[in-house]
Amino acid sequence: MKSLKLIGLALGASFALSASAFAQDITIAVAGPMTGSESAFGRQMKNGAEQAVADINAAGGVLGKKLALEADDDACDPKQARSIAEKIGSSKIPFVAGHFCSSSSIPASEAYADANVLQITPASTNPLFTERKLWNVARVCGRDDQQGLVAADYIMKSFKGKNVAILNDKTTYGKGLADETKKALNKAGFQEKMFESYNKGDKDFNSIVSRLKRDNIDLVYVGGYHQEAGLILRQMRDQGLQTVLMAGDAMNDKEFASITGPAAEGTLFTFGPDPRNKPTAKAIVEKFKAKNIDPEGYTLYTYAAMQVWTQAVAKAGTTDAKKVMETIKAGDWDTVLGKMGFDAKGDIKAIDYVVYKWDAKGNYTEINPKGS
Amino acid sequence: MDYFAQQLINGLVLGSIYGLIAIGYTMVYGIVGMINFAHGDIFMIGGFIALISFLVLVSLGLTAIPLILLIVLLVSMAITALYGWTIERIAYRPLRHSFRLAPMLSAIGMSFVLTNFSQVSQGARVKPVPPIITGGYTLHEGAQGFAVQLSNIQIMVVLATIVVLALFTWLVSRTRLGRDMRACEQDQTMAALLGVDVDRTISMTFVIGAALAAVAGMMYLLYYGLVDFFMGFVAGIKAFTAAVLGGIGSLPGAMLGGLAIGLIETFWSAYFSVEYKDVAAFSILIVVLIFMPTGLLGRPEVEKV
Repeated sequence: MKSLKLIGLALGASFALSASAFAQDITIAVAGPMTGSESAFGRQMKNGAEQAVADINAAGGVLGKKLALEADDDACDPKQARSIAEKIGSSKIPFVAGHFCSSSSIPASEAYADANVLQITPASTNPLFTERKLWNVARVCGRDDQQGLVAADYIMKSFKGKNVAILNDKTTYGKGLADETKKALNKAGFQEKMFESYNKGDKDFNSIVSRLKRDNIDLVYVGGYHQEAGLILRQMRDQGLQTVLMAGDAMNDKEFASITGPAAEGTLFTFGPDPRNKPTAKAIVEKFKAKNIDPEGYTLYTYAAMQVWTQAVAKAGTTDAKKVMETIKAGDWDTVLGKMGFDAKGDIKAIDYVVYKWDAKGNYTEINPKGS
Repeated sequence: MDYFAQQLINGLVLGSIYGLIAIGYTMVYGIVGMINFAHGDIFMIGGFIALISFLVLVSLGLTAIPLILLIVLLVSMAITALYGWTIERIAYRPLRHSFRLAPMLSAIGMSFVLTNFSQVSQGARVKPVPPIITGGYTLHEGAQGFAVQLSNIQIMVVLATIVVLALFTWLVSRTRLGRDMRACEQDQTMAALLGVDVDRTISMTFVIGAALAAVAGMMYLLYYGLVDFFMGFVAGIKAFTAAVLGGIGSLPGAMLGGLAIGLIETFWSAYFSVEYKDVAAFSILIVVLIFMPTGLLGRPEVEKV
């Protein structure tokens, strides 16, 4: 009898909770690859979003309401991203921070536009994302045409006259980045020796590695994600090839080093100046550290996306996506990454990429710090 | 020439792994006449068990690599074999005398069960291991500085394949169990009448197939350095193709098919484009099947009356 009462009490309490959640909270979403080979990045995004929501709620929420967070998994699959976008749209969620893979963000954004959802991606760098004149998209990260420029610049400086191969994984992100880097290199009068693509999800790259070896490649630039890049690197070293590997921003998770082991040493990649080192991020980084989370890669970018939206909502006095987006593009926002302003397309105004290098201990550091 | 030799090594190693998995498909088909679509996932389970037992041994403080590898091999073979036995017992045996497609559907279902089981129990993330077997030999230093490299792990994969294949051929052709298996392959009713325990023989077939898949899983883990819950699908499809190419039901055929697929993929990527390596492999499969409908080493099926 007593236990029955307890159950009744618990049930009542949970109903009350969910009812209050329904009436009071604003539900927002974070969407990204929570499973699959890119799940390391989904985890970064979820960590960032959860911390941001907790901090915003602790500071009193927005418009007098608390925020509730929903995490959705697209597994970096365009079809799944689209169906998640439709689900988010139909549940009247006004804002989504996502997705990770450009090939997910782009198809999802159209569904968000139809359903009046504002989308800020913390991580999708393909230029096309903001180039389609959609009203509802913005990003807090850079673009691959800028990233490619920085990569090409570095290659021109450090690998002039050497043999360079460019590989890509045929995804929107990987192919896009490889194309931009190739374009920038060719414009500077540099001709790559090999331009090839592979299938994302492949495990055996020995054949391509032998080709690199035959052509005496000194630097291989990979437009792709960290798992395949890690396997390429590992198989290069197994075949006794000391070629340097360079890639884009999809390498900024420690998981890369756990795939390659000590072979990661010397690997290069481009990414924004380390957000963890920004003075504006200090207090928040401490909070993550206290929870034993390293806020690497896109963690703080997701945090910043949440901040931009919350501040714009407070200023606009509504969660209506169209009005909030107008507000976002009109103002400057204080984020964990510093002051941030957006142009008419939804790209951030000040973008800079720097080159990072992995060391033998499985850490990466900037090699040409320019400050933020 | 050196380049060709290097690609040949790459292709043979990849083909060995395909072949090891393909044997499991071909064996079950030969005896029960069904395609065990869950076999790719058994291979994945084998990889996971190898990983888990490896981590357990290391955390127990064992440092002797050969000893660790031996224990890992035995443990993963044993536990994966148990999986194979259980699956046959609960998903295939009750349907054996049902219509022909029933066990196949049940196998597809089992494949989903195993994939989702490991996704839920092990998490959806890729599980990497640092390189365990490192080093290798330079076989030949070419004129333009191209060195043909053979790594220790590649030697190990090929050796393991040869040993397993030899053991298995001996088992089928020389032992009592092998004789029972061949009898069941020819005529189950007649075999039963002559005192062969058909149920037990079929169970043992699944057990052996799963143990071989575990060897492949462990080699895969050591060679590529990672496992994930969906790796069974692609590997399974490739191995199934290898089994069909070699002539399904034929043991040397499966190995030959595996090597063929591995070599085609590798040489296509080596001399043409990497993008179309799967297209190349499957096109050749179609061509072979047009001219040799039973595969490279398959026997034409005699209609049983």
